[in-house]
Amino acid sequence: MTAFFHALASQDFLQIAFIGGLLASIACGVMGSYVVVKRMSFLAGGIAHAVLGGMGVAYFFGKSPISGAIAAALVAAWVIGWVSLRWRQTADTIIAALWSVGMAVGVIFISMTPGYNVDLMSYLFGNILMIPRSDLYIMATLDGLIMLAVLVFYQQFMAVCFDEEFARLRGLPVVFFYLLLLTLVALTVVVLIQVVGLILVIALLTLPAAIAAQYLRRLAPIMVLATILGMLFTGGGLALSYTPDLPAGATIILVAGTAYLVSLLVTGFARRRRC
Amino acid sequence: MNPIVILKGVSFSYGGPPVLEEVDLAVEEGEFLGLVGPNGSGKSTLLKILLGLLEPSSGQAEILGGTPAQARGAIGYVPQFAAFPHDFPISAGEVVLQGRLGHVRIFGGYRAKDREIARQALLETYVWDLKDQPIGSLSGGQLQRVLLARALATQPKLLILDEPTASIDPRAEEDIFDLLKKLKSRMTILVVSHDIGFISQYVTRIACLNRRLVCHTTSALTGEMIQQLYGSPVRMIRHTTR
Repeated sequence: MTAFFHALASQDFLQIAFIGGLLASIACGVMGSYVVVKRMSFLAGGIAHAVLGGMGVAYFFGKSPISGAIAAALVAAWVIGWVSLRWRQTADTIIAALWSVGMAVGVIFISMTPGYNVDLMSYLFGNILMIPRSDLYIMATLDGLIMLAVLVFYQQFMAVCFDEEFARLRGLPVVFFYLLLLTLVALTVVVLIQVVGLILVIALLTLPAAIAAQYLRRLAPIMVLATILGMLFTGGGLALSYTPDLPAGATIILVAGTAYLVSLLVTGFARRRRC
Repeated sequence: MNPIVILKGVSFSYGGPPVLEEVDLAVEEGEFLGLVGPNGSGKSTLLKILLGLLEPSSGQAEILGGTPAQARGAIGYVPQFAAFPHDFPISAGEVVLQGRLGHVRIFGGYRAKDREIARQALLETYVWDLKDQPIGSLSGGQLQRVLLARALATQPKLLILDEPTASIDPRAEEDIFDLLKKLKSRMTILVVSHDIGFISQYVTRIACLNRRLVCHTTSALTGEMIQQLYGSPVRMIRHTTR
């Protein structure tokens, strides 16, 4: 561990990775809370996997993968949002189709790209140590957008998540706010992919908020605690992975998963004793 | 007296056999109407038409001189008990404040006036002391009163309740109806229920729905009417409570 802190003080790439983790935690704490309370982790999973399509296409045409990821995430969010509002019963199947088709498109475009396909693994599982400095600015901007939207529309998002029908009856443009919420989830997914890759995104999106929701009963405090937990998990995972040279993304997820399991056991035990 | 709800020949189907057929109904201002009928009689569909969530396949629905969608702002709606996840991280007070949503600015939150209206609603339904409680910790009766407070916070002319007592105990059921009795002087109330026996003590008129509007009456229900409503002789009405 001390080796990690020495390296953190001197190594540029490690500092960028660390800051990247902190930035990702803000998006994941705030939007992850919505994903957990509105129970849309499957939707978020669909968006995350469809993103590979956009990354693959951008990679093929020699553009930066993060721009392809943003474009694909937005399209996927709107399609999935529209489908889940319009065809509630079959939304499940359609999201699953988008999930795999998006990945298939990505894999095909990456394989068609001449050269050594080293990037595929880092898209899938993330490579926090390879984040370019320029991506930090994009991540910070996305964080800013997400926080601004949630600050301004906190009540509206809450109403749409809690009781969509009532919100509609009160004259709230429910479709607009639902799609805006999914748009923010999509941007969050893009931020998190930089850190843990698109396969592991769902865990980082849901686990901190799920743990926070076990102890707190109001949305805003859950967001704050989930953000802090996210920072602990990404920072802790990065530190733990450093000396044994483990993949950072996977280590972060293991830390988060272990914390969730412990928290489940603790709250379960506490509840049993109360009964 | 002038009718604030007018249904003229309203029919509806979800693409299959008709769920509602030629329903004519006028609700006068200040009435406390009980809409009863067996399961699958079209009660919920009629309610959705009144709220403007569904359009009638034929016929007309008019509320407060406009379409239901136009009248929404003046309708306070109390949904069925199980319409949302009960572990949602929200306090009773925040739920009631949502009644002010149609009135708040798009940017920024609720104003002092909205908070005052919500406070009045919480006091009126005797749940002010629960305002900071998460909704997951409330009993069925308490939650139902919070939902009623949310509807009152919209300052409605017409209050619509969908099976308000479906999953609460008889004591809480009485509390709810005693509250509605008090509100009767201020607004028109429409209660949907399958519990004919209970609501007939409170309402000023009962409308019985079974795809068609089969009867309406201001007096107590007779066995004959119940038979008409259910379409077969009914030997016994058992009041079951869960």
